[in-house]
Amino acid sequence: MYDIIIVGAGPAGLTAAIYARRASKKVLVLEAKTYGGQIINTLDIENYPVEAHISGFDFATKLYNQVKDLGAEIIYEKVVDIKDNHETKEVITTKNKYAAKALILATGSENRKLGIENENELIGKGVSYCATCDGAFYKKKNVAVVGGGNTALEDALYLTDIVNKVYLIHRRDEFRGAESTLNQLKDKENMEFIYNSNVTKLNANDKLESIEITNKDGSKRIIEVEGLFIAVGRIPENENFGKLVKLDNSGYIIAGENCNTNVRGIFVAGDNRTKEVRQLVTATSDGAIAATEAIKFINNEITY
Amino acid sequence: MTIIEVNKDNFDKEVLGSEKQVLADFNANWCGPCKMLKPILEEVAANNDSAKIVSINVDDEDELAEKYNVSSIPCLIVFKDGKEIKRNVGLMSKDAIEDMIGGE
Repeated sequence: MYDIIIVGAGPAGLTAAIYARRASKKVLVLEAKTYGGQIINTLDIENYPVEAHISGFDFATKLYNQVKDLGAEIIYEKVVDIKDNHETKEVITTKNKYAAKALILATGSENRKLGIENENELIGKGVSYCATCDGAFYKKKNVAVVGGGNTALEDALYLTDIVNKVYLIHRRDEFRGAESTLNQLKDKENMEFIYNSNVTKLNANDKLESIEITNKDGSKRIIEVEGLFIAVGRIPENENFGKLVKLDNSGYIIAGENCNTNVRGIFVAGDNRTKEVRQLVTATSDGAIAATEAIKFINNEITY
Repeated sequence: MTIIEVNKDNFDKEVLGSEKQVLADFNANWCGPCKMLKPILEEVAANNDSAKIVSINVDDEDELAEKYNVSSIPCLIVFKDGKEIKRNVGLMSKDAIEDMIGGE
């Protein structure tokens, strides 16, 4: 029996482990793949206090070592269900069952897909969700970016320096992303904006050759691109928790700044919580809060 | 078993000509998920005898990356008798990698 089980070994979950271990609680972290979470995709983190530049890989590795040195146990198994037996919480993975006095759900989010035919089959064959990871494979080729937020704008800007031409496809007529990035993009000669349009078809012969885009007015256009970078947001990985804890319409676990869910003894930390700002620093902040609340719960210091 | 670095000069011998099936890891130094995958592959290599594991740096070996249509990394490809039989793009768990090279 553990004091606290943390689901997810990203920045939120690992920070929660630090706080829980420093309070001498017996801690298990369960992770489906490997530690670090989505920050490992970031080449250079420039907005985390103290370190002006650090790679996502280095950040994750340092954090992981800190957690291991403090004596938290980390097991790589995917959690498929959680149960509330009041005094104890049960966590079921693909292989085992574990029990704890309190749970912290820190599973984060995954890339949202367009949901069109062949999208999954073409991942790695023209379809990508990470421009900084895969952009280098498209030197001097034509690519498209789809999306309207910061990630889409930053991906497009990054790609304009590498590829022959970038099409930026957005379903609305204005972008949500930062105006400064948009202005930089507008100055690029190899950049074409396509507004009010959705990607409706992927044409491939083993690998991506062209995409069909459909305008709001119904008109269609085929663009020849070898790469399609999809940046249409992220979805929280809460699908296995929805039976027990309350989710909002977008699938985020409903909790305020104290990270308490509607179930006593179950807490949420990081990107899978309802919140305004999803950043590295707010994820680690949630980890600290959720662990502190979990410790208070175990010590019977929370009054409901 | 250790992970063998492969380039275009020894690819035919080490990968296509291998008697044992080969798990080829296409990666790059700037790729975070690739770096996360490396210790997992080392663990698989240490505990699993069913495949030879090789590493291919796509920056140095762009011809190999192009030949096998690698356009997203990390990319793991299983070769058997000189032919690609399985492929997976993105970070994978140890269990999933072992499944990939496990039974037929």
